[in-house]
Amino acid sequence: MKVPPDFGVDDAALTNVTVPNDLRRVREPEAHIMSELKRCGYDDDTIFAIKLAFEEAVTNAVKHGNCNDRSKQVHLRYYVDPQRVVFMVRDEGCGFRPQDVPDPTADENLERPSGRGLMLMQSYMTKVRYGENGREVWLLKENPGRTK
Amino acid sequence: MEQPSTHLKIKRAGNVSVVEFADRKILEEISIQEIGSELRGLVETEPGPQLLLNFQNVDHLASAALGMLITLQKKVQEQNGLLKLSNINRQIFQVFKITRLNRVFDIHDTAEKAMESFARV
Repeated sequence: MKVPPDFGVDDAALTNVTVPNDLRRVREPEAHIMSELKRCGYDDDTIFAIKLAFEEAVTNAVKHGNCNDRSKQVHLRYYVDPQRVVFMVRDEGCGFRPQDVPDPTADENLERPSGRGLMLMQSYMTKVRYGENGREVWLLKENPGRTK
Repeated sequence: MEQPSTHLKIKRAGNVSVVEFADRKILEEISIQEIGSELRGLVETEPGPQLLLNFQNVDHLASAALGMLITLQKKVQEQNGLLKLSNINRQIFQVFKITRLNRVFDIHDTAEKAMESFARV
């Protein structure tokens, strides 16, 4: 799937990286995104939000999507400029239906130990879009320091 | 008494086990499992355990770590103990608020205030 048109980025501008299904192997592209955010002048709170959402997305891909299977891969696409950051994480699993994940903030779910990653991504990012039957997630964060 | 651990610094203050995290980022699945296992080990060794988790060194937290804390809280409650959290920075406290877990955990601004609240029980 190409970058959603309302994310405001030319698909050809994205960087593409594929890594083995191992969280340690995601550190290099993550470090690159974080250094680009600093270079583009994003504030600490926004970088915290983006890092958290990125970590949740790749953890979901490695652990839930690819079921910790080391023979699978995680596919990343990303773009950073001073106005926005866009990233995509795709796994090679069976997919899932985000709407089937129960609301972790409902009283009856508050003490469930899992299920908070998706809502944190939703809370911290400007837009979150799923594709490929849930195997792919696109995230957009607009830089609040640059949003008019 | 201080016990060896790769992820935790554990000290005893009266009846309270005071735990600080060695890692600034509690993100990795393996680390979270190891931390959870070490903390459960602390709780399981005594009835009515009193545990203070001091987050002063922590600046990133994954949702899996929140799950580990919930599991720990249940274990502490089963043992008729008390779990308190302190020194959570503004950004991480926001994560607790978004997930409404600030209503589930007994959170104090400082370790001193948390210790005073143990004394009041």
